[in-house]
Amino acid sequence: MSRKLLLEHAHIDGINGYETYRKHGGYRAVEKALKSMAPADVLEEVKKSGLRGRGGAGFPTGMKWSFLAKPEGVPRYLLCNADESEPGTFKDRYLMEKIPHLLVEGMILSAYALGANTSYIYIRGEYSWIVFILEKAISEAYAKGWLGKNILGSGFDCDLYVNPGAGAYICGEETALIESLEGKRGNPRIKPPFPAVKGLWQCPTVVNNVETLAAVVPIVNEGGEAYARIGVGRSTGTKLISAGGNINKPGVYEVELGLSMEEFIFSDEWCGGIKNGKRLKACVPGGSSVPILPHYLVTKTAAGEDRLLSYESLADGGFESGSMLGSGGFIVYDEDQCVVRNTWNFTRFYHHESCGQCSPCREGTGWMEKVLERLENGKGKLSDMDLLVEVAKKIEGNTICPLGDAAAWPVASAIRHFREEFEWHVREPEACMQRNYGLVKEKAELA
Amino acid sequence: MPKVKIDGFEVEVPEGTTILNAARQIGGDIVPPAMCYYSSLKGSGGKCRTCLVKVTKGSANDARPLPKLVASCQTQVLDGMEVANISSDEVLNARRGVVEFLLINHPLDCPICDQAGECHLQDLSFEHGLADTRYEFERRTFEKIDIGPYIKLHMTRCILCYRCVYTAQQLTPERVHGVIGRGDHAEISTFIEKAIDNDFSGNVIDVCPVGALTDRTFRFKSRVWFLKPMDAHRNCEKCSGKAVAWMYGNEIFRVTGRKDQYGEVHDFICNTCRFEKKALEDWTIEGPRDIDRHSVISQNHYENKTVTVK
Ligand SMILES: Cc1cc2nc3c(=O)[nH]c(=O)nc-3n(C[C@H](O)[C@H](O)[C@H](O)COP(=O)(O)O)c2cc1C
Ligand code: SF4
Ligand code: SF4
Ligand code: FES
Repeated sequence: MSRKLLLEHAHIDGINGYETYRKHGGYRAVEKALKSMAPADVLEEVKKSGLRGRGGAGFPTGMKWSFLAKPEGVPRYLLCNADESEPGTFKDRYLMEKIPHLLVEGMILSAYALGANTSYIYIRGEYSWIVFILEKAISEAYAKGWLGKNILGSGFDCDLYVNPGAGAYICGEETALIESLEGKRGNPRIKPPFPAVKGLWQCPTVVNNVETLAAVVPIVNEGGEAYARIGVGRSTGTKLISAGGNINKPGVYEVELGLSMEEFIFSDEWCGGIKNGKRLKACVPGGSSVPILPHYLVTKTAAGEDRLLSYESLADGGFESGSMLGSGGFIVYDEDQCVVRNTWNFTRFYHHESCGQCSPCREGTGWMEKVLERLENGKGKLSDMDLLVEVAKKIEGNTICPLGDAAAWPVASAIRHFREEFEWHVREPEACMQRNYGLVKEKAELA
Repeated sequence: MPKVKIDGFEVEVPEGTTILNAARQIGGDIVPPAMCYYSSLKGSGGKCRTCLVKVTKGSANDARPLPKLVASCQTQVLDGMEVANISSDEVLNARRGVVEFLLINHPLDCPICDQAGECHLQDLSFEHGLADTRYEFERRTFEKIDIGPYIKLHMTRCILCYRCVYTAQQLTPERVHGVIGRGDHAEISTFIEKAIDNDFSGNVIDVCPVGALTDRTFRFKSRVWFLKPMDAHRNCEKCSGKAVAWMYGNEIFRVTGRKDQYGEVHDFICNTCRFEKKALEDWTIEGPRDIDRHSVISQNHYENKTVTVK
């Protein structure tokens, strides 16, 4: 059995209420920190833990926190990014629904470490019912003295608010989130300045993912070094993976980083293998933005090593033959799924969600969507694949925020690995309307 | 003061100067095109991505190149920085891409557009674009809207540069003019169908790089290249009264602000001067305006260019 640090108690009845949470060791970390640790000690433990951001980019949390500017007399803010809108990703939702006090506790600890007296949870508008769950947990925490003025007599004040968004994926980008929180249109800001220097209301701000902040609780309880012993290499600790697609057991799993992909997809402890005895065709391991992997690169890297659920192993091979751990939105495709259709679907999403500020993303996403739509409907041309690669390349790296890259990568990788399937859609337009292509050949076989 | 080299030309500029403004001090064809940045509009720039350049050397202290192309209108120079604009194929290629993106949803209705001849997108695509488009789909369209009695919004032509939005924001603390919707379906609009009710609202026409915002008192009256732009002034209580009168014979067809060689107006004029003073006796004509842009209007030849009529 793999160790659980976040979801250990998630299955317990009533754990979403204060009493049960407290009975199972809840708020012990806050007690420990506020009574026996200076803010810098908490930061030190987080650094030692090797914790990396769970929102997608995997940036080391301790390092991010130490970049926070601390000018005299200026408030600092901690923002929790609960906008979780990446297709395939639903792990933060599970955590907040099941065990909301864990997030509240993690935020108190993090706010203490950062010297932030006001914090916000920015939650996607569609999670409307979770707003109430969080607000209940927060009011319980206030009532029990874990939030508010002078917590545990430490002199530390901490206020926490929930702010629902209005249903825009782009508001998960940290500077768009800040704009939205300020009551403006959620357009990403041009960086620099970075939020650590000028964030919310032009004050120093840290933005972290729900899971990142929750992980600070076990780090404080057990110590950063103990946390760092779990995992592999620079991928320390546990990670929530929301697994979906054609698997026998979809759901949210907490895995120790470094678990093999083979075991995660096929063992009964986890996803339980491909549904209906079908074969694995492809996998998007980290949410819709990361490159798709064809079946022969899912459990093994191009070098023939076992592929692991870790930041490094998933990225092994770069864009040629690797992908990314991303947000942990794990999508599995069986042999009956159409990669062209899937790529069209993702691109439609990015087109719909582009904020429209910068020309490459605004115009390029729509263009790619239209080309993919015609390919999927058997009306494409053989030149369309090169056109798509070209358009993706013209977007990538040339935009204000990473949504442009996120829109370009799935397209570029799908064509890289599944070009024969795309071409089949052009060559056999009637067949492609009736059946799916099946597995693609390995590159070695093709050559 | 930091020194920066752009396409091999060195210039010394005050701390905090952007690459674009440093390039403008050098001048000539090494100046990156700018479709959204506008010096006098706070917050403008960074969006259109036509001004992308390659920083080949970060600074004297850190010689590493920057990994991605950067928006020159947003990136400040550092001492010892070296920048490639027209000397970089990567930049030219990316720019060609941006121009293509800007054109895919643009109606290309230049023959019936009032902006033709002074449109920055026309110039840009002429200088940096491809001859052909690879876009084979229907373009997005919108209904035309009157923003009050003076201004016409033809959203179909808009490139979402946000210049008009920043202009409106700078003119009035009430948010009446902005962007609604997202992506390529985003549109410029006045919130709750309110007209921008401000003495200086007409300036959104001057800042618009394309024909999306046009002067309703001038629409379809004439093509700009048939008109002669004359520097003119009048005593005005609201603004400096320094404008350009666009004339045909002795008739004033329209009045605009004075644009510099990069198409920027530094002295906004009021609506009275712009829309209501169209009689010759309203103005003191100073003389022909030197339009230093390679656009159709500057092809207009001025026989008496050196003789200033006072
Ligand atoms: C378009 C876009 C959407 C994003 N959506 C989310 C999101 O829903 N949740 C999240 O935690 N991070 C999201 N991110 C990443 C955030 O910008 C940011 O990196 C993250 O919240 C940092 O937290 P972490 O360091 O704890 O991962 C998104 C980024 C982009 C570009
Ligand atoms: S990349 Fe897309 S989403 Fe990001 S700022 Fe540009 S237009 Fe908006
Ligand atoms: S209407 Fe003109 S100025 Fe306004 S955003 Fe569109 S192109 Fe720019
Ligand atoms: S002028 Fe720099 S991005 Fe538009």
